[in-house]
Amino acid sequence: MKEKNLDQNVKACPIIANHIKVALVGQPNVGKSMLINSVSNAHLHVGNFSGVTVDKTEVLFDYGNHHFTVVDLPGTYAFSDYTIEERVTHDYLCAEEYDIIINVVDSTNLEKNLQLTSELLTMSKKVVIALNMSDEADKEGIKLNAEYMSELLGVPCIKVSAATKEGIEELIQAVVTKYEMPQINPKLVFSEPVEEEIAQIVWYLDKHKYAATNTHRNIAINLLKNNKKTYARLHDNPIWTELQPILIEASKHIELHHDSDDIKEAFAEEYNSFNRGVVAEVVKQKTIVEKKTTTEKIDNILIHPIFGIPIFLFFMWTLFQLTFEIGAIPMDYIDAFFGWFGETIGATISNEDIRSLIVDGVISGVGAVVLFVPNIIILFIGIALLESTGYMSRVAFLLDGFFHKFGLHGQSFIPLVTGFGCSIPAYMSARILKNDRDRLLTLFIIGFMSCGARLPVYVLFAGAFFSPEMAGNILFLIYISGALLGIMAAKVLKLTAFKGVDEPFVMEMPKYRLPSLKLIYHTVLTKTMMYLKKAGTFIAGAAMLVWFLSNYPHNSLLETEYATKIEKAQTETAKKKLQFSLDEALLEQSYLGRIGKFSEPMFEPLGFDWKMSVALQTGLAAKEVVVSTLGVLYSLGGDVDAEDNSLMGAISQNISFASAMAFIVVIMIYLPCLAASVVFTREAGHIKYFFYLFAFTSIVAYVMAFITYNLVLVLV
Amino acid sequence: MKTLFDCHKECKVRIVKLHAKDDLKQRLISFGLMKNAKVEVLEHAPAKSTIEVKIGKMRIALRAQEAELIEVEEV
Repeated sequence: MKEKNLDQNVKACPIIANHIKVALVGQPNVGKSMLINSVSNAHLHVGNFSGVTVDKTEVLFDYGNHHFTVVDLPGTYAFSDYTIEERVTHDYLCAEEYDIIINVVDSTNLEKNLQLTSELLTMSKKVVIALNMSDEADKEGIKLNAEYMSELLGVPCIKVSAATKEGIEELIQAVVTKYEMPQINPKLVFSEPVEEEIAQIVWYLDKHKYAATNTHRNIAINLLKNNKKTYARLHDNPIWTELQPILIEASKHIELHHDSDDIKEAFAEEYNSFNRGVVAEVVKQKTIVEKKTTTEKIDNILIHPIFGIPIFLFFMWTLFQLTFEIGAIPMDYIDAFFGWFGETIGATISNEDIRSLIVDGVISGVGAVVLFVPNIIILFIGIALLESTGYMSRVAFLLDGFFHKFGLHGQSFIPLVTGFGCSIPAYMSARILKNDRDRLLTLFIIGFMSCGARLPVYVLFAGAFFSPEMAGNILFLIYISGALLGIMAAKVLKLTAFKGVDEPFVMEMPKYRLPSLKLIYHTVLTKTMMYLKKAGTFIAGAAMLVWFLSNYPHNSLLETEYATKIEKAQTETAKKKLQFSLDEALLEQSYLGRIGKFSEPMFEPLGFDWKMSVALQTGLAAKEVVVSTLGVLYSLGGDVDAEDNSLMGAISQNISFASAMAFIVVIMIYLPCLAASVVFTREAGHIKYFFYLFAFTSIVAYVMAFITYNLVLVLV
Repeated sequence: MKTLFDCHKECKVRIVKLHAKDDLKQRLISFGLMKNAKVEVLEHAPAKSTIEVKIGKMRIALRAQEAELIEVEEV
């Protein structure tokens, strides 16, 4: 009976029987994600910048009779909990269930990479080492004896190249073989004094038959390394009272031997000398002549103390020029397409309300967002290029000095620059900042970098109040003052809310690599799809809401009253005028109008009338909505754009210069849009930060606008 | 005491002691910046706010404050 059951189980679940769960571990920039890419056809994001894989990613694939789950863990230099990535990796390796570790190392820099390997080898887990980038090592004249290395370490070491797909089959085969073999402890030996102390603790644990899943040697090493979890586990055991003095004595000996007062440092040195020994045995380098590498030659120019920053500014300027110049070309077509699409769809809907909801609400709302897709694609390509070539780290190096003065980190610049395009990818790219406080601070000031969606509002107001020659300069001034204000806000926040010790800046400068087209394509595609998804879901919803608020409640009395008036009107212009005033009257009594009227007193000190107040509030949904709201409210119908001269005329007639300036200031500072707020909340990690951000930006915007309004009143 | 911060461009030194506190010390060690490691200074950022060093085959950027915590001697 029992046998039959077992048989059935095997038949029902043949895959489970051969399921291998692999943890993929390695230092940053060793090509882990790229290795997964070449093993399975998965599309993970691979970048030449420390910290691209922030969350662990799972990849599933089948090979032969085996079903693989590979968990790609974030790169980590050593076993520590310093950065988010290191925490994720460390926690996973220590606490989760998995069958085997693939440790990916960079063959061209073995000694450095072995630092993590040697720590992994003390874990009593099955390990396979993938000697990645073996093709690059060949080119550099580095000869690696993989068989000898396998023998020395007691774990299989396989030469692979993620780029040329060499050795991938052998690697998987080695994983399967190792998985099916019983666990053997790797041969990691410490110096004699340390081995003596380990032996003594092991002897003590053996004597008391201490029961644990780990080997006693492993426990001994962890105890000596001051591993908190191992301590906690043993602390409640009766043997602790006897074990503790032994441990203290052992630590003293080791520290004495290493002439250090820090046991962790002593162990780092132990691992290091072991690694040096391994490298000396297995690596033969042909050319020992020290000449400058290509990376160093490029660095001589790109991070030059004088030319470095101008070169960077030039790259950025080019990127923005391309973003706006090339991005503008398809804009007209997209706009025309949505106009046509709206009309075509509208013609098929007979119900007036539903037609208005779909055409004026959803289609035009979504269209306004899709309009920016070309800009966003170019910006993402540029950022992906910066990231995958390794230039990003150089910029962080160049800018850290300046940013640090304002409490920001050199790496903050990437999200901030992205913020000029759109706040949403900017919030997401803030993940590259290791320290939580630094990341939050950056998240808080991203909004000060005026995003693409605010441009129409600026164009409208600059055009209305300044001569065409001046308008361009005013635009530039708006962007610059926004950025400066952001940096000053960072300083204020750093001195108040995000007080604390400065995050140290220690960062690897990876080798320059030629970007892979395939990779950039996948990165940009994923990000663009994410943006479009937001347009389809979130913006569509917000557009419907704004539409509803501005169209309801209906007032049929008003409508019939105007209908008769319009009929009686003599000229076309008179009819049009009446239609506008009907729209205005309807708006005034709509929910949106009531909100505007209600909040008017609050905005009065800034010189805003109820229409401007409403525009600001609908702008909370998306900045694109501000212009169309103003258009509706100033009696022109919703179908206006920034270039509409008559709207500019209406605005310059109805709004005072001082109020207009204050209005621009508010647009510059307050919340970017609802979608961005959602992403902000997710990235910040708690809803409370959203309320902080809302309060912070609103107060700053209000105060700055108040100052601007009164200053302009006095001066002009 | 001579620190990594005092070194000129292209100067080659050996690390004598790390004066950093726990977390930062671990961080430096994980980058290979530990006692007896040989380091070469490659580049200074404007105003010497950040320095780039080479250790083995790896290039590392450090802020001036961090470099000041690394005691070195000339080789």
